Amino acid sequence: MASSAETRTAAAPARGKPAPAIPLDLLAVVAAGGALGSVLRYGASLIWPGPMSTFLVNVLGCLALGVLMCVITEVITPHRLLRPFLGVGVLGGFTTFSTYVTDALRMAVTEPLPALGYLLGTVLCCLVAVFVGVTATRALARGVRREVS
Amino acid sequence: MTVLLVALGGATGASLRFLTDRWVQARHDTGFPWGTLVVNAVGSLLLGFLAGAALFGAPMPVLQTVLGVGLCGALTTFSTFGYESVRLLTGGARLLGVLNVVGSVLVGLGAGLLGVLLAAGIWH
Repeated sequence: MASSAETRTAAAPARGKPAPAIPLDLLAVVAAGGALGSVLRYGASLIWPGPMSTFLVNVLGCLALGVLMCVITEVITPHRLLRPFLGVGVLGGFTTFSTYVTDALRMAVTEPLPALGYLLGTVLCCLVAVFVGVTATRALARGVRREVS
Repeated sequence: MTVLLVALGGATGASLRFLTDRWVQARHDTGFPWGTLVVNAVGSLLLGFLAGAALFGAPMPVLQTVLGVGLCGALTTFSTFGYESVRLLTGGARLLGVLNVVGSVLVGLGAGLLGVLLAAGIWH
């Protein structure tokens, strides 16, 4: 196995086989970021227990991803491990869809209307948070560039 | 101890999400974020199952922490879902964006409910 992987990377990439090997450093920073993001989310759930914590974590994570994506696609040329670590790992591990779903299902049993509010409110606030993160960062970067030039 | 279990599950969940998304996105070129939809559905199914297990009398505190808080929490993602949706909605693919938002929420709820029902079938 190891030798075939070595020859594959040493030789020219085979045509018609679009299955590149996954760089291990990429996977390592995703795992480390995921661990960090999950622990931060767990910490938030100890401070504010229940759906409120999930809501705040998801909105905050969406805002941060909006900022991050704008910075690394429009402002700087990022290190190749920055997006996997912060975007896929930390923020992906911090925010959660599964807890959002089970929170809503749990609420729906006793209080269907607040459950619906939680479902729609989270989606709306998260989409707005991404949008605000991207556009505010873009405006800020434009302002900084103007000042520099 | 609990923090270590969460970190272990979180590292595994994020890695599985990364690998699944790469695998799924390499197999179509529709511009629709199927990879995120798949991990969010699978994670919701598993967390629904764990919630159902706890509800119907199968207390597994260590597994709940590793798999529930850590793995399911990190396997699923709201930030990537939100970013991909906003990119579709503002990038001239409004219909795909709406489909992604509505579809992800409905599929997630369905998967979570299915998980609860599976647990009920086993323990109730």
